[in-house]
Amino acid sequence: MGGYILKRLISAVPVLFGITIIVFLIMSLIPGDPATAILGSYATPENVEKLNRDLGLDKPMVQRYFIWLGNMLTGDFGRSFSLNRPVIDEVLERFNATMILSGTSFVLCSIFGILAGVISAARQYGFADKAITFVVLIGISVPSFFLGMMMILLFAVHLRWLPVSGMYAIYGGGDLSDLIRHLIMPALALAAVATGVVARLSRSAMLEVLRQDFVRTARANGVPERRVIMGHALRVAMVSILPVLGIQAGFVLSGAVYIEIVFQWPGVGRMLVDAILARDLLVVQGGVVFVAACYVLFNIAVDVAQMLLDPRIKT
Amino acid sequence: MPALKIEHLAKTYPRKRPLFGAAPPGVRAVRPMSFQVETGETLGVVGESGCGKSTLARMLVGLLEPTEGTIEIEGKALGTADPSEFGKLIQYVFQDPQSSLNPRKTIRQVMEAPLKRLHGMAKPARNRRIAEIFASVKLREEFLDRYPHEFSGGQAQRIGIARALAASPRIIILDEPVSALDVSVQAQVLNLLADLKTRFGLTYLFITHDLAVVEAVSERIVVLYFGAVVEIGRADRIFANPRHPYTGLLAESAPVVGRSLAAPEQKGIELPDPLNPPPGCAFAGRCPRATDLCRTREPELKQMGEDQLAACHYPLEN
Amino acid sequence: MSAFLTLLFRNRLAALGAVVIMAILILVLNIPLLPLHDPDVTATADRFMRPFAEGHLLGTDHLGRDLLSRLLHGTRLSLAVGIAAALIAAAIGSAIGIFAGYFGGRTDNIVMRGVDMLMAFPYILLALAIVAALGPGLMNALIAVAAVNVPFFARNIRGITVGLAGREFVDAARLAGMGHTRIVLTELLPNVLPVIVIAMSTTVGWMILETAGLSFLGLGSQPPQADLGSMLGEARSAMISHPHTSIVPGLMIFLIVVSINLLGDGVRDALDPRLRSGALSRPRATTLVKRHGDVPPTTDDLLAIQDLHTEFHVGKRNLRAVDGVSLAVKPGECLGVIGESGSGKSVTALSVMGLVASPPGVITGGAVRFQGEDLIGAPYESLRQKRGDRVAYIFQDPLSTLHPLYRVGQQLAEAIRSHDSLSKAETRARAIELLNDVRIPNAKSRVDDYPHEMSGGMRQRVGIAMALANEPDVIIADEPTTALDVTVQAQILSLLDDLRRERGLAIIFITHDFGVVAQLCDRVAVMYAGRIVEEGPTQAVLDAPAHPYTKRLIACVPELGGGRRELAAIPGLPPVLDDLPSGCAFAPRCNKAAKSCRQGEIPLQGPALRTVRCLFPERTL
Ligand SMILES: Nc1ncnc2c1ncn2[C@@H]1O[C@H](COP(=O)(O)OP(=O)(O)OP(=O)(O)O)[C@@H](O)[C@H]1O
Ligand code: SF4
Ligand code: SF4
Ligand SMILES: [Mg+2]
Repeated sequence: MGGYILKRLISAVPVLFGITIIVFLIMSLIPGDPATAILGSYATPENVEKLNRDLGLDKPMVQRYFIWLGNMLTGDFGRSFSLNRPVIDEVLERFNATMILSGTSFVLCSIFGILAGVISAARQYGFADKAITFVVLIGISVPSFFLGMMMILLFAVHLRWLPVSGMYAIYGGGDLSDLIRHLIMPALALAAVATGVVARLSRSAMLEVLRQDFVRTARANGVPERRVIMGHALRVAMVSILPVLGIQAGFVLSGAVYIEIVFQWPGVGRMLVDAILARDLLVVQGGVVFVAACYVLFNIAVDVAQMLLDPRIKT
Repeated sequence: MPALKIEHLAKTYPRKRPLFGAAPPGVRAVRPMSFQVETGETLGVVGESGCGKSTLARMLVGLLEPTEGTIEIEGKALGTADPSEFGKLIQYVFQDPQSSLNPRKTIRQVMEAPLKRLHGMAKPARNRRIAEIFASVKLREEFLDRYPHEFSGGQAQRIGIARALAASPRIIILDEPVSALDVSVQAQVLNLLADLKTRFGLTYLFITHDLAVVEAVSERIVVLYFGAVVEIGRADRIFANPRHPYTGLLAESAPVVGRSLAAPEQKGIELPDPLNPPPGCAFAGRCPRATDLCRTREPELKQMGEDQLAACHYPLEN
Repeated sequence: MSAFLTLLFRNRLAALGAVVIMAILILVLNIPLLPLHDPDVTATADRFMRPFAEGHLLGTDHLGRDLLSRLLHGTRLSLAVGIAAALIAAAIGSAIGIFAGYFGGRTDNIVMRGVDMLMAFPYILLALAIVAALGPGLMNALIAVAAVNVPFFARNIRGITVGLAGREFVDAARLAGMGHTRIVLTELLPNVLPVIVIAMSTTVGWMILETAGLSFLGLGSQPPQADLGSMLGEARSAMISHPHTSIVPGLMIFLIVVSINLLGDGVRDALDPRLRSGALSRPRATTLVKRHGDVPPTTDDLLAIQDLHTEFHVGKRNLRAVDGVSLAVKPGECLGVIGESGSGKSVTALSVMGLVASPPGVITGGAVRFQGEDLIGAPYESLRQKRGDRVAYIFQDPLSTLHPLYRVGQQLAEAIRSHDSLSKAETRARAIELLNDVRIPNAKSRVDDYPHEMSGGMRQRVGIAMALANEPDVIIADEPTTALDVTVQAQILSLLDDLRRERGLAIIFITHDFGVVAQLCDRVAVMYAGRIVEEGPTQAVLDAPAHPYTKRLIACVPELGGGRRELAAIPGLPPVLDDLPSGCAFAPRCNKAAKSCRQGEIPLQGPALRTVRCLFPERTL
């Protein structure tokens, strides 16, 4: 198993390379002079030239890529002009907040999604199935940002149960319970779509598996129905659910951008949007590469879990 | 001149190189084998699952590039695997009649392809030819405008045979052509095949795992084991007088009315591992006669009796 | 096409979705004809008018612009951009997928590496990076959304293509002389197209959401032009004071996406052949029972199937798979059931313990008695307790019938512990003992193998061990050797025969091979079209078949040692089960059929244990 993890880690290296290349290529799509684009059209020529030199933009592209890559490997993601601090510091701080939010949502969507899917499949065409299918349909159709806004209106403005936005209360906040109170709405709004997707997939995976011959064998052996569904069938269904959880993690991270805006959550997503609007491209570059790299590592964890689940995968 | 002659034909599937180290030796699905099929003959090929029957068949029609060896049809050597070159001489009838027909094409479209692509026939000529072939496989012409899912297995297999005939080949490879069919339909298709053979002067290579079927349709039989020919002989004698112990085991294992049930004598029960083949005779692990010689040296195919060949150091006596 | 539409609109929700989305489309396409305000004309005096205000049906926004007009214009824009993104992504992604999937090998490897690379991004990062580079704007948002969806299509379509490219009809096309381009265009594309349509119909809603999302962030459409996303984004600052400006565009997005999703699901169901027949339904724990008529009286057999009727209700069709079958076994007896594919052998066998997949299976009559007790009407728990414990099964394909992810020892243990509460160590010891009983060498280490690590013959031995786990009285073996090679089959058969003699097991052995029946079974029943047509001691039936079908079936199976010969075929095909002829089901294929054969019920008659269902049997019994 150690060998498998090592193998997957090694095979991630080219993927990480690829990510940096893709980001670099996209960034070099910027029309015109990048320094002017960054500094805006009112920049003085000296400033532009200085920035060009600072960024190494006067060098050929391939060389520029490797300089950028080398800097990143030493933890130097450059300096944000709009925030006036090193990009890596800002990214790390923001990433922490994003992880709290999307991690919670991911756990929620995995648990509730699979549970709903299994119940739905086990009670196919029954009341529970219909109710779940209906809720799921709404969940995957409503834009998360709109859902978030409506939740604020209802729970924060009208009912005053929860704080409107932010991560901690401005005065006297900062402890765990404060964080949780702030977290409830954004985490639920963010989890809604992913839960729906996971539930749908789990349902169809379970239905698929329940028709397979080994389920009949288990029943023919007199295995109790509860065990048949929660043990035999779910175990095999997980083989196809797990990769989808990996993909959903990406969707949760993505959806976090909207939710962070709606709930003023100080995460990476908001940072990126602000940076794009401010044309602070170093922040965009650094943030994208950092989060993508983390996501790659997460997917390796998913693969390892898959390997543990399915002995047919050769280590 | 034989209709089909293969020499040292072999296929090794390469295996993936691991992250570190050299690529492991490939899987030798078909070990170098040579035999020929006379014009107008039906040569049966039997063997258990995984013994390389289909790999052999796919090489013969050019769907798969052999690793080594040559294929000669009516004295003409065929070069690299190119199905459109092979197609005019040699055709293939597939095991699963349904999946060998494109679900989204009418039977007419299926039938027209070889006429148009291989023989460049014009529309009226094509229609005439299709009508002819359909009559000879006893299918009604109204089927031509239907889709494959509307046919039963037996009918679909007739269509598969009709398509093979449309290319006007000299040889047809029949890869388990009746094993997906019901027993009562099986006989219909087998009889049709025999009829077509005499009518069009065809040569057949009949691949199957069913000993009784192969015996009923072929003149000679090739027995494969683990990718290699272990015995070749006349159909009417090979199972009654096997020389290779494996052929003997096959013959004894086949359930026959009136013969009592006894697990045939053999030691091991596992087939050898293709990823890690044993040295020497591949059958040694299961063979009651195996000695150290068998486990170290691979036996070669040798003439035994006038028209029988077997690859065994200690062949069975007559 | 019309069949597709019928199927689609049979699904009422999909029809509802279609109607809503059509209505929206018609509305926005006719915008120039509608009496609307100019969407971009501001009137600060009329800011934030509530819905149903005069002249402004939905009120106005923060600049006093008419919300209804902006809503319709925005909807048009959002739909156009979302659908365009979906089309672009589908076209490019599918082309890449088909290309990689068909050519395989290194091409595939390189292309899919690139796709994996793109999928290694949480998609919005990629979209944000693209927008960051190209600058905010609706066109750029469209490009970004299309670009991030390309890999999804590529991967999905590649998978399908790989499956299709390995199918035999592609080989056949190559042998018919077709080139690669032609094969891709005429053989693959028509088969991939439904999948592309399914993928598109299920993602177009998603892409509309995504473009709206980018606009919401201010990265899509730029003022004054507005799509639904940017309307929502602009309204957000006034969300608390004037919620209607947010709710109006938000609900519109929701409405569009919900109806597209409903429609998409309908399209998927109508195009997916597996879903079409309603096949994707979960088999219940026991077969549904709806018995008509009387329950036959008790007999003193160990296991008796009495006048069993099992049907499949598929759509409007009613397949009578088992139509009045009666069979019985005594301890130590082996009963063979023989017949062609589809004659109802498996369904008969599975009905015994209520294992017929249901839906669509329904047991509609008769009884199955185990030691006199009726199993058909029994409650689930009492049936479960007998499953595997008193009556056990061995199935055909040992790979698919064993659980792929549990070790064989665990599976045996589970079978044991479903009926006995033994300790962990005891069950393990018992599992090893069982593997020894079925002559698996090295049982001690083999017990920890997974099924995929064993050969077919070994797996079937495990299947037999599992059936023996609770020392049942009856074993029902449904073609246990059909999937195996002859040499392995011989071993399995002799193993079963030994076990039966050692333990006095009763076996019902299903097969289509006369040789197997002859070697193993004491008695044999021949089935045709859901009925037993002949029954008797094996030797008697094989030597002197009385039913024309039995006789001709025996004749058309070649037998080893018979030499090269013409086979006697039976013309025609077995009948379809939802349209059985009245009278004898074999009459259309029987050369002795007379008028009387085609009417009325023909009973199974003859002396005890030797019966035939025929008016003109081959011999008198
Ligand atoms: N799940 C199902 N849904 C619909 N029809 C079914 C289903 N299972 C079986 N049938 C039908 O019931 C009939 C009897 O099937 P059964 O499986 O008993 O045949 P069999 O004699 O066991 O054939 P085989 O030799 O192929 O195993 C067939 O016509 C089949 O199409
Ligand atoms: S060569 Fe030896 S091991 Fe091989 S079949 Fe002959 S006797 Fe058996
Ligand atoms: S009842 Fe009539 S049709 Fe049926 S098998 Fe007997 S003779 Fe033939
Ligand atoms: Mg069956």
